[in-house]
Amino acid sequence: MEQQRNRSPNAAVPAVTCVDLRKEFRRKGKGPKTRVALDDVSLEIPRGECIAILGQNGSGKSTLVRLLSTLLLPDGGSARVFGHDVVRETKAVRRLVNRVSVEASFFKKMSSSENLHYAARFYGMTPSETRTRIPEILERVGFPSDRRGEPMEALSRGMQQKVALARALLTSPVLLLLDEPTTGLDPRSKLEVQEFIREIRTVHDSTILLCTHDLAEAEALAERVGILDRGRLLALEPSAELKRRYGADTLEGAFLAATGRGFEDEIDEDELERKVYA
Amino acid sequence: MRALALSLRQELIGLAGVVERNVYLTRRYLLWDVAFFVWTVANTLTIVFIAEGIELAGGQFDVQRATTTLLVGAVVWAYLGIIFEFMTETVGWERWEGTIEYTFMAPLSRVMHLGGSGLFAVIYGLVRACLLFAVVSLFFDLSLGDANYLAALALLVIASISFFGIGMMTAVLPLVSPEKGMQLGFVAQGMLLVVSGVYYPVDVLPGWMQWLAKLSPATYALEGIRDAILDGGGLHWRHVWPLLVIGAVTVPLGLAVFRVGETYAKRTGKLKRSG
Repeated sequence: MEQQRNRSPNAAVPAVTCVDLRKEFRRKGKGPKTRVALDDVSLEIPRGECIAILGQNGSGKSTLVRLLSTLLLPDGGSARVFGHDVVRETKAVRRLVNRVSVEASFFKKMSSSENLHYAARFYGMTPSETRTRIPEILERVGFPSDRRGEPMEALSRGMQQKVALARALLTSPVLLLLDEPTTGLDPRSKLEVQEFIREIRTVHDSTILLCTHDLAEAEALAERVGILDRGRLLALEPSAELKRRYGADTLEGAFLAATGRGFEDEIDEDELERKVYA
Repeated sequence: MRALALSLRQELIGLAGVVERNVYLTRRYLLWDVAFFVWTVANTLTIVFIAEGIELAGGQFDVQRATTTLLVGAVVWAYLGIIFEFMTETVGWERWEGTIEYTFMAPLSRVMHLGGSGLFAVIYGLVRACLLFAVVSLFFDLSLGDANYLAALALLVIASISFFGIGMMTAVLPLVSPEKGMQLGFVAQGMLLVVSGVYYPVDVLPGWMQWLAKLSPATYALEGIRDAILDGGGLHWRHVWPLLVIGAVTVPLGLAVFRVGETYAKRTGKLKRSG
């Protein structure tokens, strides 16, 4: 409990502040020597808000999440999480943030319970704490208790993603970064995960940055929706205002009008990053 | 003061977490470990039988002593291999599983993260080294009457500080080169093998290599352990102080090298790539 109090950030400070945030990756071969992943992005997320960032693959969504998670170093501008600089105050930022990405990312031979136990240790949770907390949290995400001992590789993708949510929630993050958490899930698992995201907001008072290319998901979960295109944040507004601004009836129409491209013209971000060399 | 104590407590819990994870993984891959142990036994036997082979070929020397000398070299070499393997896997395995980003974004200092891997490697390595020594001993008539096992074990533990420091430098290689970094770890291990007198006295090396041998912690560990096993020597300061000095240099140096590699990976986006 004391641990929780010590890391409770000041409510008046925005959860996320990015000013002219820039990230470039050098690349080898013909063509431009650098690829701009984030192009002077500025945004502010007040505490407790859920915002969704829409963008094609390769638009810079994951780069933004990685910069806020202290996994990348920016090439320009600044980013702060509850007032802490993501470059100079990494430890303070890491205590406040957790993340769920499109890949569940676990030790596949280890069980869900084992994966959660060791992950919790990294956040200072003792065995006596995790012994009660992990079964509770797995139950809350709807993970069957009789499968807690099974290796992760034996679980479906939907099940793995539930464990990923449980891992993020276990550390009670005040800023939750969700990078396409429902991509590739079947409709039922998708709805369950979305319902759980709503619950996280109401129960934990977490601030959520949701990166997605699911327009319905963005509209359903977020108060404001941003459009990120080739590293540039074109807009960040409530979806109704976004539609009004671009004279569109739907969010998809607004996205098309803003970017001049549809989601079908996607670029594979992983493929792009594989071409990136130092 | 209270905040510092709380922070230290959390760091130690994190360190224990790394050990705990490696225990889980070892349990899950237990049969593989048995297979690797059998391979290490076979490999050690091929080396130790060399002494008996030379005698059969007409060589005149103390076979018992030569056999024991080779066995100590092979066991220390296997132990060193385990330390380096675990340290290099700290990054390599996590890249393969895809968990590396979750580990690197956790509020655990790098020294504790790597320290957890090192601690587990030392415990696991000591168990394996003792088992290897015991199993291979059964095949030979060794001169172990005066052996001071406690001193030998203590020297191995002290030498582990330096091995851990060098291991941190090899652990960074998969970060810098996801494709070839793991293999590069073997290069560092191989360099120590050549200069440290694992299977021969360092006196047979050319002068410049003998100078390199003085910088290798394995040289002092092997000398001291052989002295303890063959002649019942104790924990001599002449073996201990170089190990402590090398450890005091390699641990902070290893951490600094790892930090440079981590910064490079974060700047270039290599943390994410799986190779």
